[in-house]
Amino acid sequence: MTTEAGSETEVKENAEESAAQPDPSEKAKEDNKEVVDVAGEDKDKEKEKEGKEGKGISRYLPTWLKKQKSQSQTSPTKEALPTEEEVSKATQEEEGPAPEVNGHAEEVEEKEAVKSEQVQEKEAESHSNASADTEPAKEETVEENTEKSPEETKEAAEGEEAVEQKKEQEGEVNGEEEGGEGGEGQTSIFQSPLRLVRKTKMKLVVCHVNLLDGTDFSCEVEKRAKGQFLFFKVCEHLNLLEKDYFGLSYTDSHEQKCWLDPTKEIKRQIRSNNWQFAFNVKFYPPDPSLLTEDITRYLLCLQLREDVATGRLPCSFVTHALLGSYTLQAEFGDYEPDQPRPLDYINQRTFAPNQNKEMEEKILELHKSHRGMTPAMADTQFLENAKKLSMYGVDLHQAKDSEGVDIMLGVCANGLLVYKDRLRINRFAWPKILKISYKRNNFYIKIRPGETEQFESTVGFKLQNHRSAKRLWKVCVENHSFFRLNSPEPPTKARFLTLGSKFRYSGRTQAQTRVASSLIDRPEPNFERTSSKRISRSLDGAPVISITEAGRDTTENGRDPHLELHSDSKVKEVDLSPGDADATPTKQSPGASELAPSQSPMRVHGDNIYDHDKTQDEVLKHQASISQLKRSFMEAPPPSPPQPNQWEKRLTSSPATTIRIQQQQVSLEEEIASALFSRRSGTGFCSEALSACSIPEPTLDAVITTFSSTPTTSTAVCKTASERGLLIPTTASLFGSEASVPQPEADAADNRISDTKEPAKTTEVEIEETVVVQEVSKAPKPGLVTVTISSPEMNEQEAKAEEEALVAEGAQAVKQESISSDSESEEEAEYHPNVSVSISHTQIPEEKEEEEEEDQEEKEEDTSAPDAPSLPAEVIKPEEAIGQEVEDSRRDDAQEKTSAKEGKESEKETETSTDDPMMTPKEAPNGLDLHEESVSEMVAPVAAEEEEQPKVNGEASLVEAEVRPQVICCSEPPVVKTEMVTISDTFAAQKTEIATKEVPIVHTETKTITYEAAQLDGNGDGEPGVLMTAQTITSESLCTTTTTHITKTLKGGLSETRIEKRIVITGDCDIDHDQALAQAIKEAKEQHPDMSVTRVVVHKETELAEEED
Amino acid sequence: MANICQYGSFTHAVVRSIPETFGGKAESGDGHENGDVSVDLAKAQRQFGCLTGALRQKVGLQLIEIPPDPELPESWRIEDVAVIQGDTALITRPYKHQRRSEVEAVRRVMSELNVTVVEMGAADGDSGGATLEGSDVLFTGREFFVGLSSHTNRRGAEVLADTFKDFAVSTVPVCGGARLKNICSMGGPDTIIINNSDGAKKTLRMMEQLTDHHYEVLTVPEESAANCVYIRGPSSRDFLLHRPAEECPDSVSAFQKLQDYTLLPTACSEASKLGASLSSLCLLINRKHTYF
Repeated sequence: MTTEAGSETEVKENAEESAAQPDPSEKAKEDNKEVVDVAGEDKDKEKEKEGKEGKGISRYLPTWLKKQKSQSQTSPTKEALPTEEEVSKATQEEEGPAPEVNGHAEEVEEKEAVKSEQVQEKEAESHSNASADTEPAKEETVEENTEKSPEETKEAAEGEEAVEQKKEQEGEVNGEEEGGEGGEGQTSIFQSPLRLVRKTKMKLVVCHVNLLDGTDFSCEVEKRAKGQFLFFKVCEHLNLLEKDYFGLSYTDSHEQKCWLDPTKEIKRQIRSNNWQFAFNVKFYPPDPSLLTEDITRYLLCLQLREDVATGRLPCSFVTHALLGSYTLQAEFGDYEPDQPRPLDYINQRTFAPNQNKEMEEKILELHKSHRGMTPAMADTQFLENAKKLSMYGVDLHQAKDSEGVDIMLGVCANGLLVYKDRLRINRFAWPKILKISYKRNNFYIKIRPGETEQFESTVGFKLQNHRSAKRLWKVCVENHSFFRLNSPEPPTKARFLTLGSKFRYSGRTQAQTRVASSLIDRPEPNFERTSSKRISRSLDGAPVISITEAGRDTTENGRDPHLELHSDSKVKEVDLSPGDADATPTKQSPGASELAPSQSPMRVHGDNIYDHDKTQDEVLKHQASISQLKRSFMEAPPPSPPQPNQWEKRLTSSPATTIRIQQQQVSLEEEIASALFSRRSGTGFCSEALSACSIPEPTLDAVITTFSSTPTTSTAVCKTASERGLLIPTTASLFGSEASVPQPEADAADNRISDTKEPAKTTEVEIEETVVVQEVSKAPKPGLVTVTISSPEMNEQEAKAEEEALVAEGAQAVKQESISSDSESEEEAEYHPNVSVSISHTQIPEEKEEEEEEDQEEKEEDTSAPDAPSLPAEVIKPEEAIGQEVEDSRRDDAQEKTSAKEGKESEKETETSTDDPMMTPKEAPNGLDLHEESVSEMVAPVAAEEEEQPKVNGEASLVEAEVRPQVICCSEPPVVKTEMVTISDTFAAQKTEIATKEVPIVHTETKTITYEAAQLDGNGDGEPGVLMTAQTITSESLCTTTTTHITKTLKGGLSETRIEKRIVITGDCDIDHDQALAQAIKEAKEQHPDMSVTRVVVHKETELAEEED
Repeated sequence: MANICQYGSFTHAVVRSIPETFGGKAESGDGHENGDVSVDLAKAQRQFGCLTGALRQKVGLQLIEIPPDPELPESWRIEDVAVIQGDTALITRPYKHQRRSEVEAVRRVMSELNVTVVEMGAADGDSGGATLEGSDVLFTGREFFVGLSSHTNRRGAEVLADTFKDFAVSTVPVCGGARLKNICSMGGPDTIIINNSDGAKKTLRMMEQLTDHHYEVLTVPEESAANCVYIRGPSSRDFLLHRPAEECPDSVSAFQKLQDYTLLPTACSEASKLGASLSSLCLLINRKHTYF
């Protein structure tokens, strides 16, 4: 827990620094360069002998090198390293940072870390040596951080860079050195493999790579080298810098061409002794003129000539001739009529699959007209013509549609194309695709619903076998990542639950490679264009290296922030909640709270899971794993990096203490607003920010009221809030408390149970569908997180949802495990392109859709909720700007509950340990899991009591002081509840008005909750398209109907879109209205991130579960 | 690719005069029960004259007029029998048997113009039942859309795709009209003119779904107004032949949104009664090929 908090703070700080101080990054870059050079030296040295540590920097480098080598031996290394580290401290800057970096990351990181010397020292002690990869080391660091407290946090902030790096590294998965380095610099990349070679003293294998000009390149590679190593060898040979468009392919045992995964060992991929590869274009740049270097264009030309000649890229007669003429011009220069030679060579060359004399004559005729054109110009013209071909860059895969008709699936930069006999019969642009998955030989894409459609649809195709399905899936994932993302989606780490393939695109995206190549500063390398087969050897450009590195560094930096954001918002939240409980007790002082959040991010990034495990129960582990899952799914390229940072800063600075919060509510709000603005300004949603601002206030109030009494809780809340970067979490916790309350009631009084149990139902549902739901929810959430932040509710909801999911998972651990085992088979895999879509923040629609998916899933979950008595619940949410779905509300509630639970846990430290386990069981039981139910009942009383209070608080926050009455209600068994709750998120004045509750304890079946948020005109331009949704999901006992009304009005210059959604949930079983509400709100916000929720009215009619009666 | 010249650049127009048998034989097939439709031959010929005059004198195209054949009452719908892109002409295989002999004269003209002729009906005799008519083909400059209608089938579209390999060929259902070009046409390099009917919108949605490009859409209220002829004249001026205000009073204002266009209101009421429209009456060819 402490660790978590610490991590958060760090992240925030990092963000701050990054925003405020661009310098460090630059410095870091410089450092990196230096390091690289040094590293190169070191390599040599190492080759000779590893240890020449006597000299300052060189020592350091060797150390980490050693570390890497001895990764397996982490523990011993650690011991040895400390001394070295100390030395390094003395030496100073570079080393200092290194230790932290080492903890998580690698060389570069270390370098960057240099600035934060102090931090380094502290951490260095424990971690420095500890291999970055080793998790235990991380834990240690975290703990240390917590101890250090505020000071450390500051330091940590300094070490922001390091953190970012860490994140990146993490993102890269086990990536270890090579994976991470791949993006960074050639030198580093090369180094790592070399090291490996030395270590293992493995046998060398000769690889033959067929280059695009027809020549063969062979090189020796250590047998266990990864694909990356060979690829970079080839690129080095070619003197190619813009290498991200290319890849190595091999032919598998089934004569299928496959791409060599750079992050995996070659040997394990080719599965044969045939070390034959081909160097090919992997991603065809849609606009080759944007390539920086002629050599890149030349290689692309070579690829396209082959594509054209073999018929892979079909084109007309005239186009064949034209392309051929440019080829001649590029390779032979001007047409020389005196020489008879042209006709000769033309005969020997293949320009087209059906080449004939007529075409050759046409080629020559056109060639004459190109007089004076330089080879580079001819290549450019070649590409300008080739890129317009409809099949340019389309990777075709044979398949059958659902009716068994032969079709071709084409993967390209824009999406997925469906062909039948040359005719394009359908097209799925990447933004339209919500999920890509395969199962056995089936390939599925989930399509975002169109304007007139209510539900997303899933389109299935059959491929020849499961291998081809997987290959297609991988190509889709890679193409989507490359062309649509700002930065690659970090690969999913091994988690508790493993769903199918963890494959993700690991290279740079087009956006990144463009940035990188824009920094290329070398003179155009000389290369010889030849009529194939002639060796065009590139110069081995030594100077190039430095340039490349610089570019790479920048890209990396760009990435990092994104990763952080995502991880923070999502993962942190989840992890934190459990962790918070622990942390909170320890840190009662406001300062502590600050620390906690800072640490939290650390955790998340650095495999928090493990920490949790050690500290707490299995439940926590599960949660962590879940969180990671979510994160993996969710992690989409975050918006602009700076935004999050600011956000974090604000959070840290503002909230730390509860008291503070109360006093400074306004200020906080302002801060939030400003933060939001800053972010959104980037994103382009100013209006949202305003609305968001308004919302946060209520949250704060609630927190204050609730937590003023219980300091511990408040801190926890703060932490969570800080973690999320939003105050919202507190509200969430409150809600959660409410939600949880019902549970206790249920336990206590059977009569009410139905109502109370409702929350449990949600959980249950989740449990059953866990795998799917989680995945889905995760995916959408990420996108949401960014957008949503503006509105606290959303965040809360999201957080809650995540938390719930976690808890549910934890509870369901057993179940999940079984499920997971099933799903783990590599025959299945899913990929949520939308999440990643984050590339363009502006593309809200995608996110919305994802949200919708989530919503639906949630609904399903709800519906699935088993046997509860019938509880019809109507949720009516009129939302001015933001149309929220009831489902969202449900989710929110559920999430809130979880959060609340977590918060409770934190409050009750003693109980906490038990709580966690308790929590899971409770949820599970609610969920209707038979076995779990028993447990839950057992636990319920205790938990219920605990939970009730917090729950009450939660309501109180919203309503004001009414929470307790609710508790009372709970205590009273047979009660019918009638509650009118009106919550308005407005500015302070409105707030007071908003909260209106009728005393809860009346026996009534009707409960109405109204949320109101005062909106500035912020609603602004929602998406004009508007979602019209009417959904009815019927499961055994639940029926959910959603009706959406959309109204557009013009205010001043601004168009305002009002969406009013009415969601009716009817069911025989218990329905948790809170959950429903939360979910609905959440979903709505997700769907309309740029809108704000103005009003939420929950009308609940419950037939009292009068079982006892 | 080889079609570097700007979209809509043409040098020649091929037309076929209105025969005396105009409207004589049942033109039904198009959903227009013109058995009852009374067409004014003289008026039709007048309107035809106006069209050719506009093409020749206003736009400045070279006009090639194929003499009418009384045996071929629908031969004036010359658009149906060939699809021309760049220097390639695909001689189509019309749905109606009696129309298939119309292609002969057109094929001859194409050969004279040095256009590469590809036969749809020639391939293995029957071409597998492929039928395609030019009025179901919308070429946008970037890709082909083939409307699958009562007169055009998928096989025909495949032949088209094989003929014009440089371009994506997408098939779309024809809703809200008998022919694809009855509900939409090109109003510029990136502009699609489409009528306001629900069917047309449905077709448009499908087209938008299938394309990688973004087109501007100009919606016109009257159904018949959606068929226009866009030509980029020799002096790079944009010409748009459209139905006059007398025939489509509400749509004229829409056309005036097109910036810097020379609008050429051209009457077509008689041909329209037979399910044809402006574009049906001419084939446009660009013989000035520049590849660079």
